Amino acid sequence: MSAAAHPDPAAGVATERTDRRVELTLGALASFILVLIAGMIVFVFAKAWPSFAHNGLAWFGAGGNVDSQLGEIFNSPANPAAYQYTLHAWPLLYATLLTTGGAVLLGMTFALLSAVFIVEFAPAGLARALQPVVRLLAAVPSVIYGLIGILVIVPFVGNELIHQGRRKSVAYVVQLSGTSLLVAVLILTVMITPIMIAIIVDALRTVPRGWTEGAAALGVNRWRVMWTITVRAARPAIVAAAVLATARALGEAIMLSMVSGSVGFAPNPLDGLTFLFEPVRPLAATIVDNAEGLSVKPFGQTIYAFAAILLVSSFFLSFAGWAAKQPLKRYAGRA
Amino acid sequence: MEAATGALEPGGPAPLPAALPHGASAWRRRDRLGLVACWAAGLLLCVLAVSIVVFMLVKGIQYLSPDLLFSHPVSDTDQSKTGGFLDPLIGTFILTTVGTGLAVPIGVATAVWLTEYGRPAWLARAVESGIEIVAGTPSIVLAIFGLLLFSNGLFDFLSFTAQGGAVFGRSFLTAGAMMSLIALPLVFGTTREALQSIPAHLREASYALGKTKATTIRRVLLPMSRPGIATGAALGMGRIAGDTAIVVILLGATLQLQGVGNAPVLGTLRGTGSTLTSYVYNNSPAGEGNAPEKAYAAAFVLLLIVIGLNFAVDLITGRRRSRSAWSR
Repeated sequence: MSAAAHPDPAAGVATERTDRRVELTLGALASFILVLIAGMIVFVFAKAWPSFAHNGLAWFGAGGNVDSQLGEIFNSPANPAAYQYTLHAWPLLYATLLTTGGAVLLGMTFALLSAVFIVEFAPAGLARALQPVVRLLAAVPSVIYGLIGILVIVPFVGNELIHQGRRKSVAYVVQLSGTSLLVAVLILTVMITPIMIAIIVDALRTVPRGWTEGAAALGVNRWRVMWTITVRAARPAIVAAAVLATARALGEAIMLSMVSGSVGFAPNPLDGLTFLFEPVRPLAATIVDNAEGLSVKPFGQTIYAFAAILLVSSFFLSFAGWAAKQPLKRYAGRA
Repeated sequence: MEAATGALEPGGPAPLPAALPHGASAWRRRDRLGLVACWAAGLLLCVLAVSIVVFMLVKGIQYLSPDLLFSHPVSDTDQSKTGGFLDPLIGTFILTTVGTGLAVPIGVATAVWLTEYGRPAWLARAVESGIEIVAGTPSIVLAIFGLLLFSNGLFDFLSFTAQGGAVFGRSFLTAGAMMSLIALPLVFGTTREALQSIPAHLREASYALGKTKATTIRRVLLPMSRPGIATGAALGMGRIAGDTAIVVILLGATLQLQGVGNAPVLGTLRGTGSTLTSYVYNNSPAGEGNAPEKAYAAAFVLLLIVIGLNFAVDLITGRRRSRSAWSR
């Protein structure tokens, strides 16, 4: 106590040194995360490199059956000189784009409308009741969504929605069993929507009341006020919600491996409605499905190449979200 | 402008059309369509939520029995002999504890450093974006990165080593380490929010009493941000309990807990096992077990755990926030 009141020089130096040590320790712990990210990039890319190097840009192209290519890589001879690497991963990339894109587009529309409903039009009691429900839906583990999907939705689609004629029409390329692009996109949408609703509702509520009241005083109706002022002011948060949801959809592995059909097939839009019932297998689901083969060297390297693509996509996504928010910032109220 | 005239069209001599919910009949058709779409979306949300919750509740009550909770799982082709999911349940608790135990110190330290020190500025910015990047990285990528990292000879003390000297890389410790990365951004976010909401005059009062920065952090700031830290930990626990990809790849997915060596606690931690999520996955038609009843029962227990954690978050934050926040 007396030392604090009349700091003698020696004690001052000692506490300063402790302080400095605390700062350095905390700083080191914080920087640990950067080391980890650097390690992740280096490790994954170093491991994945042979797969990219052997295929060049053809890696990203279409050609042949991706599942039989993976099979050949898995069964390649033990001699390192004879390792197989040939892979044209387009069907997997395409499936990832389709499921993620479809779910984010559907989910965004649904989330925006629901959020506007909750903030502006829902009866107060209903809005209050929906809050814990939305939070719960956002917290439900993906494996539970997958379980409901594979035990309820997939059999329903397989038995009720796919008729024999449709099955026969594509039987020479792929079998339709119910596990399909449609189910994958629908369940993914249900999975990513709650988090978007939560973020958008919070943002809509922070828009300054003066702005909306000003518009209402001019005689603008509630829908227009909502759409032209509140939603517009909340755009940075909407972008943030979309980025977060895309990241989730992109990285979802377990649920998609359960309901998407796990066939490396590229659905053909020319098939009309049948397109929706064709099976797919996105990148993340491919990694889970083939985790057993990681110890086979060339196969493991191929799987790490998929992980590298996911890693780059999620980096790019974070950056795109940040960049998209910059010009929108001036619309942000005090939030 | 266009909107203003729209609201005051034919039958609308209403004095305050914007304020009246039933004034919608005077709106333009496009606005009315939008309103209908909003209601449709909102009601669809309610229907979805209710049907998911009721469905899981019905299935859970239908299939869950006490002996499922208290018997060990056994591998058998006859479904009546495969036992319950005691081991996965314990596995979930172990993994959540390990993951949260690692995430909380690192997350809190990072948040404290960033808000209280944050020097040099470029490093602070880098750490901030680093956390965001970790939050955006798919757990499946974290999982196979972990496998790569921990199969390294350097980390052989974390998992068991096979006869030939190959490090297995799969254990509660390695899976927990990667799980902590899932919880880390949540702990970091809530802790930082709590620290930032502490008024500056409290810090200044402590400095004025001659306390050092380190003492201020330990005695004033950390106790005050305890609810924030607890919220982050509970949210992180929920995320860890619900993740499947890391468990399937990094925990070895053996049905029972298989310890390494004779050390009682450390052996289990270094050993492999399963959690409720991997149990559900393996017992669904997508896995090897294919016992939907047991998968439903385990999923129900998992859901109860997640709901419980959510409830804990509400309890912690409920007293402080007058207006509830939707997103966490």
